[in-house]
Amino acid sequence: MTLAAIAAGIIWWLLPQAPPASWTEPEVEMLESLWIANLKPLPSDPTNAVADNLAAARFGQRLFFDRRLSANGAISCATCHQPERRFTDGLPKGQAIGASKRNTPSIVGVAYSPWLYWDGRRDSLWSQALSPLEDSNEHGSNRSHIVRLIAADPSYSEMYALLFGDLPESDSVDRAFANIGKSIAAYERLLMPGPAKFDRYVATVVAGDETSQQEVFSEDEIRGLRLFIGEANCTQCHNGPLLSNHEFHNTGVIAFPGEVPDKGRVAGIREVLAHPFSCTGTYSDDPGRDCAELKFARTGPELIGAMRTPSLRNLENTGPFMHKGQIETLAQVLQHYNKALPAMIGHNEVKPLGLSGRELRQLEAFLLTLAAPLATADQWLRPPLHDPAEIAVDQAGGNALAESIVTTESL
Amino acid sequence: MSTRRCKVFGTLVLLGFVLSGTAHGAEDSYWLSDRQIYKLVYTSALEPPEINRIHEWLLHIETITGDVVENAEVTVDGGMPLHNHGLPTRPRVTEYLGNGNYRVEGVRFHMHGQWEILITIKAGDIADSVTIPLQL
Ligand code: HEC
Ligand code: HEC
Repeated sequence: MTLAAIAAGIIWWLLPQAPPASWTEPEVEMLESLWIANLKPLPSDPTNAVADNLAAARFGQRLFFDRRLSANGAISCATCHQPERRFTDGLPKGQAIGASKRNTPSIVGVAYSPWLYWDGRRDSLWSQALSPLEDSNEHGSNRSHIVRLIAADPSYSEMYALLFGDLPESDSVDRAFANIGKSIAAYERLLMPGPAKFDRYVATVVAGDETSQQEVFSEDEIRGLRLFIGEANCTQCHNGPLLSNHEFHNTGVIAFPGEVPDKGRVAGIREVLAHPFSCTGTYSDDPGRDCAELKFARTGPELIGAMRTPSLRNLENTGPFMHKGQIETLAQVLQHYNKALPAMIGHNEVKPLGLSGRELRQLEAFLLTLAAPLATADQWLRPPLHDPAEIAVDQAGGNALAESIVTTESL
Repeated sequence: MSTRRCKVFGTLVLLGFVLSGTAHGAEDSYWLSDRQIYKLVYTSALEPPEINRIHEWLLHIETITGDVVENAEVTVDGGMPLHNHGLPTRPRVTEYLGNGNYRVEGVRFHMHGQWEILITIKAGDIADSVTIPLQL
């Protein structure tokens, strides 16, 4: 009896599954909504007057890779946000002078999000960029040191003056510090995801070309996609062309070993509402201070343990996953959703999926089709080393970055 | 009377207009409040509706007899009944524009599916609410 059941199971396993049926009209609409071709132009950031200024982006790129901004001269943003790992570090938690509290997220495409950080405790890229500089575990520096550095470096002070006026007379330290953040933000706004195999698949679906559909996607990938937008409910939160709603959800990820569960958004919203560098603060360039996201933000107990939904266009080479790197592999992430255990704090919004091992593998096969190179030109994905002082610092740091020297002329 | 029955009634009134061919454009399509005290017309700045974008709505409110409702206390809430959660933002009326028109700011939807927007209107001592279903 049992043997027969096992045999039947094996036969079922070996039999090819019926080919996946073609897509219904609502499904095609859903696929189109996830298509990178439907990614809107990056919204402007009225709080940052240089957000889309190329000179500011060049200045910001240099700051992003410059270790002199740190207390020990050894840390830059790229220590943790490494371009070759899609701007992550491969660690459960960021590591610099000390350990960060959370996992280093990719910053590719993050300019689309109204909120920054896992708990959304900043509301602009420029205000976010100022925090690691003064975080004792990260750059461990402070604003006066950094503003002095800009003033002392002739090429920096020239770039600064062109954008914001002369340093230091014209500006207070806080204003100059905000301007540094705004330049880094202008750089980060250039880091965008490119089209993936998934997007080529959607193109064939939209064109109604069934033969090409089967050439682009394997049967497992098609089935995985069907689960993703259907039974597995992933598009409830991972929606839109970046596969993120940029909102906060409790998905019951267990606490980091030896730590109390992370409060997430309930704490993040409190912090951003009171932050001096927020949209409503004096350093925002938005004269009308529209600040709709901040003014109409929701607070409340349903945000306990809620984290911002990450984009799924940054999964390749970016593990471990989740806000503290609690989950090592994609297969384990899917098991986590399949079980959906009650949350340690707050309320887990997702329900157990009850998918089979085969279905989970199909879902994973689909997730892998979202991998793609950045849409950003290579020159932005490495340090623009051309300043002798910086090259000296880098060589002293024993780093082989000199290989990737690019000159400003090539930019 | 339950809210749901009233909504059905509101929809029937609307349907009635459409079927009997008496609709003269937008002004005749309105949402009726639960106790049939107010009529509401809304326009969204995002048409067709879209997820993940914060935007404004304009509300026009009249009494059932067609008098514009001035300076009412109007609140906006909502959620996804099937998922048992609310809106991701806290929209509110930020301005009374005159002639029964109200500006609502801070509306955003973060998921596809069936939403409901609940608008409560209180003019003088008379409060009533309107539930608007929305498919995103
Ligand atoms: C020690 C490693 C480390 C350094 C150095 C560092 N970061 Fe981060 N970064 C992190 C971690 C960890 C987080 C997430 C922290 C959290 O959410 O609480 C983060 C979050 C971010 C985010 C938000 C991403 C998102 O999805 O919300 C951006 C943008 C960012 N960092 C940019 C920068 C910039 C710019 C610098 C340099 C000025 C920098 N980081 C320096 C580790 C680092
Ligand atoms: C209720 C909203 C919601 C649903 C539904 C949901 N996710 Fe998530 N997802 C999130 C949030 C929030 C996180 C971050 C959680 C954390 O770190 O605490 C996340 C994290 C992830 C990550 C890790 C990404 C990274 O960079 O760390 C993957 C992969 C993922 N989700 C895939 C899926 C898949 C596949 C499904 C469907 C089975 C799904 N999600 C359903 C909200 C959701």
